[in-house]
Formats: sequence, C-alpha cells, structure tokens
Amino acid sequence: MGVKLLLEHDKVEGIRYYDAYRKHGGYRAAEKAFKMSPADIVEEVKKSGLRGRGGAGFPTGMKWSFLAKPEGVPRHLVCNADESEPGTFKDRYLMEFHPHLFIEGLLISSFALGSNATYVYIRGEYAWIPEILEQAIAEAKNNGWLGKNILGSGFDCEIYVHRGAGAYICGEETALIESLEGKRGNPRMKPPFPAIQGVWMRPTVVNNVETIAAVVPIINIGGDEYAKIGVGKSTGTKLLSVCGNVKNQGVYEIDMTISVEEFIYSDEYCGGIPNGKKLKACIPGGSSVPIIPANLLLKTAKGETRYMNYERLSDGGFVSGSMMGSGGFIVLDEDQCVVRHTMTLARFYNHESCGQCSPCREGTGWMYKILKNIEYGKGKMSDIDLLWDIQRKIEGNTICPLGDAAAWPIAAAIRHFRDEFEWHVLNPDESQKRNYGLAHYADPIHVAATA
Amino acid sequence: MSEQPKFKVTIDNITVEVPAGTTILNAARMIGGEVTPPAMCYYSKLKDSGGKCRTCLVEVSKGSEKDPRPMPKLVASCRTTVMDGMEVKNITSPKVIDARKGIVEFLLLNHPLDCPVCDQAGECDLQNLSYEHGAEATRYEFKRRTFEKEDIGPYISLHMTRCIMCFRCVFTADQLTDKREHGILERGDHAQISTMLNKSLDHDFIGNVIDVCPVGALTDKTFRFKNRVWFTKPVDAHRDCPTCSGKVRLWMRGEEVFRVTARKDQWGEVEEFICNDCRFHKKETKDWVIEGPSVIARSSVIAQGHYVGTLKTPVVIDKVIGKQPKFLMDIHDESDVNRPEVHLSEIEGPAHSDDFKVKP
Repeated sequence: MGVKLLLEHDKVEGIRYYDAYRKHGGYRAAEKAFKMSPADIVEEVKKSGLRGRGGAGFPTGMKWSFLAKPEGVPRHLVCNADESEPGTFKDRYLMEFHPHLFIEGLLISSFALGSNATYVYIRGEYAWIPEILEQAIAEAKNNGWLGKNILGSGFDCEIYVHRGAGAYICGEETALIESLEGKRGNPRMKPPFPAIQGVWMRPTVVNNVETIAAVVPIINIGGDEYAKIGVGKSTGTKLLSVCGNVKNQGVYEIDMTISVEEFIYSDEYCGGIPNGKKLKACIPGGSSVPIIPANLLLKTAKGETRYMNYERLSDGGFVSGSMMGSGGFIVLDEDQCVVRHTMTLARFYNHESCGQCSPCREGTGWMYKILKNIEYGKGKMSDIDLLWDIQRKIEGNTICPLGDAAAWPIAAAIRHFRDEFEWHVLNPDESQKRNYGLAHYADPIHVAATA
Repeated sequence: MSEQPKFKVTIDNITVEVPAGTTILNAARMIGGEVTPPAMCYYSKLKDSGGKCRTCLVEVSKGSEKDPRPMPKLVASCRTTVMDGMEVKNITSPKVIDARKGIVEFLLLNHPLDCPVCDQAGECDLQNLSYEHGAEATRYEFKRRTFEKEDIGPYISLHMTRCIMCFRCVFTADQLTDKREHGILERGDHAQISTMLNKSLDHDFIGNVIDVCPVGALTDKTFRFKNRVWFTKPVDAHRDCPTCSGKVRLWMRGEEVFRVTARKDQWGEVEEFICNDCRFHKKETKDWVIEGPSVIARSSVIAQGHYVGTLKTPVVIDKVIGKQPKFLMDIHDESDVNRPEVHLSEIEGPAHSDDFKVKP
C-alpha cells in the first residue's frame, strides 16, 4: 500500500462538502501557511522538489521564484484546469470529488505568490464541474477562507472559475491566458514569459490542478518530509488516470516507487489485462508522449526494470523511452491496431491545431490524411518515410508545443511499430479484416553484455 | 550618455553593430543580400506581427557573450532580439535550409498553384519564396483545401483559398482603422479570414490590406484581370491628398494608369499607407504629379520591361564563406593546364589542345 496524500480521504462520505473536509483535517495547511511568510512557503515548495504535474515536469518552486514582483502591479495565479489531453482525467477527479483540497491549495499558493485574484480556467467540456467548484468556493467564503482579510492576515483573495469553450490549445499556458483575457485562444510568442507578462500584461503563474493540490500536503507535512516520498527527483505522489485495456480503469495515486509491471498487473492498481489478453503497447503519460511497445515498457533498453517515475519512464530518451507527461496511462492489448490508434491521435491534433503557424496548421492535416490512407489499405511504402519526414519538420519549428505533441506520437509509432505499418501497406485487404496482433512486441529485448 | 547601447551580432560570419532591442531579422536586413531570412508574415510597420509563418527560422549557435550556450531550437528571427555577441547561422546552417524547405512545402500544401490566373503573380512573396527556397515538387497527393468565395465590398476581393494566414491584414485593420471588421474564423487548417456575416470592409484606409497581403488572397477589384503587373511600369507620383500623404506608386501602361498602390521599399513593405480615395478613384494621369520611375529590385519580374532605376541586391556571399567564390568561368585562372595568356572566352570556336599547356 503506497502513501496517499491527495486521495487520503477518498472514501470519506461527503468529503466534497466543507464540513466533512474540515473534520478530516481540511484547511489545517492553510492555517499553518498563514502563520508563515510567503517566501517561506515558496522555500518549502522548493525543498519538496515538487514537479509540475501538467506534463512538462518543471520544478514548481523554481517557477514560483521566477515570478516578477514589480511594485504596484498585481500578480495572478492561474490554475490550468483545461485538461484536454486524451487519456488524462486526473484533474477532473480532484475537482469533482475533492474541490476543497483544490481550493485550499489555491488559497495557499495565492498567498505565497501574492495573488489577490486567482483564476481557474476550466475546460468547457467539464460542464458540471464549475458548479461544484463555485459551490465549494461559496462554502469556503462563508467560513472565512476566502474574501477580505483572511484569518486576520490582511490578505485578500478571490477565486474565479472561468469556463473555457472547448479548445485543446487553451491548455497551453499562453493560449490559456489569451483566452482568459477574452481573446482568441492563440498561443503567444515567447519571450516574454508569463512570469514577466501574463494575464493583462501582469506577472502570472500558471499551474496544473494537481500541482496546486499537492501544495496542501507539502505544507502539512513539510517540504523535507514530502521530498522523502518517491525516488530521486520524482518526489511526492502522482495521480495517474488509467484507461484502455486494463481490468480496473480509474484514477490511482502512486508514490513513484513501484515498477510499471506491478502497476499494470497488481490487483491494487490496474489488475492486469482483461480476457487473458497480452499487453502490446502503452502510452504512459497522455496522448502526446511517445508510445512504447510492451517489452520496452516493462524493461529499459539496458534490461533494467522500469519504474513509474519521471526519470525511469524517460530512460533511453525518445529512442527507447517515453515520458511521465500528464499521467494519462493508456494501455493497448494485443487486439489493438497501432496504425488506427495513431490515426486517431493525428485526427485529434489536426482538429485541435489553432492554425496560427504554418507547420502545425498544414502538417497535422497532411499526416492525418496519409495515416488514413495507410489504415484503410491505400497506403504506399514511401508514405511511411514521408510521415517521418513531415513529423521531423513540424517538431521544434512551431510556436507552441502542440506541434511537438502532434509529431511525437507519430514518430514513436513509426520508430517502434514500423513493421505493423508495413504490414498494412503490403496486405491492404487482410489489414481490413484482422489486426496485426501482438507479433514480437512483447518479446524480451536482447541486451548486449557489458564489457 | 543617453545613447542606446550597441550590440555586436554575427550573422553568417558577417558582424554588424545594431542598437539593443533589434530583432535578428532586422539586423540581417542591415547586411542585406542572401543572409536575410525571408519573411512572409512579419511586417516592420505593424506592431506584433511575425512569428507565424516560420520561414524566417534561424539557428542561434551562440546565445550571447555572457551566456554562450546555443539555443536548443531554431528561433523565429523576426521575434527574437539580438544579444551582445550573438552568433546566428542562416544560410550556413543545413538545419535552417532543411527546415525552411519544409516550411515552404507546408505553405504551398493547400495553396492553389493558379499563378497564371492570379493577379498577384509577379509580385507575390510566396512565388519568390518558393522559387528561392522551395523544393521542385510537392509530395502532397490529396485534394487541396478550398473555401467558398466571399464578397467583402466593392473594392477588395477576398480569395480565401490562396491565403497563407499571415495575419497581416488583421493587424493592418487593427492598427490603421478604429473598427476592424474582418478577422480569423474557425481554427486549424480550416481557419479563414472573414467578416462576421458578410459585412463589407468599409474604411478610408482599408485598401492597405491589399498591399500588405503577401499572396493573391486580397486583391484590388478595380485592377483585377486588367493587366499583368510586369506589363505595367511603376512610376512614383504624388498628389495633394487631404486624408493621406498622397505619395503613391502608379502602375502605368503608356498614358493609362492601371493601378495605384502605396510605395514599397526593398523588403516589399509599404513606406506610407495611402487612403482609399487615392487608391481606387484617382486613375487618371492628370490627378497626379509624376516624379519618375520607381526603384524596384532587379531580380523582380517587373524589372524586365523597366530599364531605369533597378536595384541590385548586394552580394555578400564572399563575406559569408570568407573568400571569393570560384565560378566555373574562372577555370582559366584556376587550372594549370591552360595558357594564361590565351583567354578562353576570346577563342573563336571550341578550345583546341593547342590552347592548353600540356603537363610534362
């Protein structure tokens, strides 16, 4: 049984409401935080080694310390709840079932950063969650946790919930800021970074929901204690949302010390693959990160066991590894077709490209059309190389990371599953009737003996 | 000292001193010639433009004197300001050449290749770009995206299918007029320039969107299909205009004024924006005081019937590679088998073995 910090009181009846939350130690961290100075809170978060849970894994404490603090200019904390990555739904779980934990985290973070007006930018498709949050905000306000002069500290804080309009691109922090300002959600050119000029040209910190919520246990148990959980630079606990071909899909909290194999097959977590099927491939961190075959998922290229943490999942770089990403764990069993899966992702990125810069606007559509041809048995061998060349020309040449996010899954699928693509091209009729199957994707990898 | 600090920046082995805050692109324009990255969306007269087309990507191989680390990705030179001691690679970087080739392919992906019937042909930035930086053929095998035609008023014709989404016209309308009526609708590859519910563009200065458009998406309805631009001759002229500076370029054929546009500098950017009255209604020679033939780039196809006032692009390749490039014509000086006193170009007929010194 791993350590539970965020979902500690997951089974408590009525934890969604203020009374139950307060009874189970809620707002204790806020009480503690208001006795500290904002700089101390930032220091505590720095000590905890908390990394951004939105996908990039940037150290949160460092991000907070970059915030410019000019005199007389208000600063803002913006919470990125635009969780649109296919396969990721951990923030939804937190906001829906633990709204007060989230609000407490927002309160502490706002106090640490000096933000009097804090915004939650919530995904448009989560239509019912703003009401839950607004209800919780009203409860917190009635009990004196928000509003003017909180706990007699002289600090004012208001939290506003802003509904998005359903664009994936608005999860990119500068596009989110544009959208929050009421403009078209196009990513901004960086620099200037949001820490210098963000919302309404004021210094802004944009953090993920889970990152904000993780601030609560950090203050509760202290940064040093938090850093002891987990391994290396992957400190604390991480929420993972599991979907795909596993017995128990859902949101799990792990302390990043368990192996991938244990996570997939143990009954405590995913419970293995249903119907006696075999594992074929997995996307360990949301649709944008590279897909890896079963053999590379369980063991690294050096033959070591792969653990569920930032470093081990990215071991081997993009050649033989993947990324922790946002924690959307998508499992594919032997019945799944990687070509079709890649096509679905390409269609998603084509649909969600904002159309601002040319490589992403034109390239994503092109890749989707080629993949569609291959999937429906109309592909050519040269199409696979063409796809590789297109993704190479998109990656790194765009304004925002959406171009990279569109390119990586396709690159990884071709890198690891090229023979499945070739099978589709060579057997156009057969590929319409059956799947390629598991093939050799779960075979143990040959590891060269070290001299 | 109130003088702005000067930064030294090296672009393709050529060092220039520029004021702090200059972008790499503008620094490269100070050098001119081949080292200047092409720009499809950046417009120096329009605030916030640039960064979208990605044709001006360059490699920064040394960040600055203080922090010599190279930048990890290619950067958009139009939006990146120079640092002291920065080293930039444009045409000397294979990465940049390759990326740019890709960008040109992306831009042409859905662009109809209907240059023979497009009014912009001859003065089209995309045409020049693909000629200089593009591949021979596209690898795109699908149907190109098309849009339904939209009427945006009596003077301006919008042909959305040709648009490359540079956003220049949106910035122009934002910054020159007080009420912008057109903008971007939709997103991704079906994003389009449009007005909300078929409004016509109506403002004294809205005609300038035609001049800033790098392709044939926005063209002049009073000139459409009247003549090819290379048959007309550009002439600088002015008039006393109550709304604008009145400094324009007339496109004439004989006595007839076919078209009036703003004057453009060597980077294809408008020098002074002109009003609709000058652009669309003053189409007679007697309306104008003619100054003389315009100076236009010699490389432009318009220059072919225009003998005076062509502007040669500076050649800087010798500075880039650090020596005079060797041309095939120079074989006379390079080869040790010929007789230097006989100039090969002066031999009548094909060269004979007598013309060459046989090596012992």
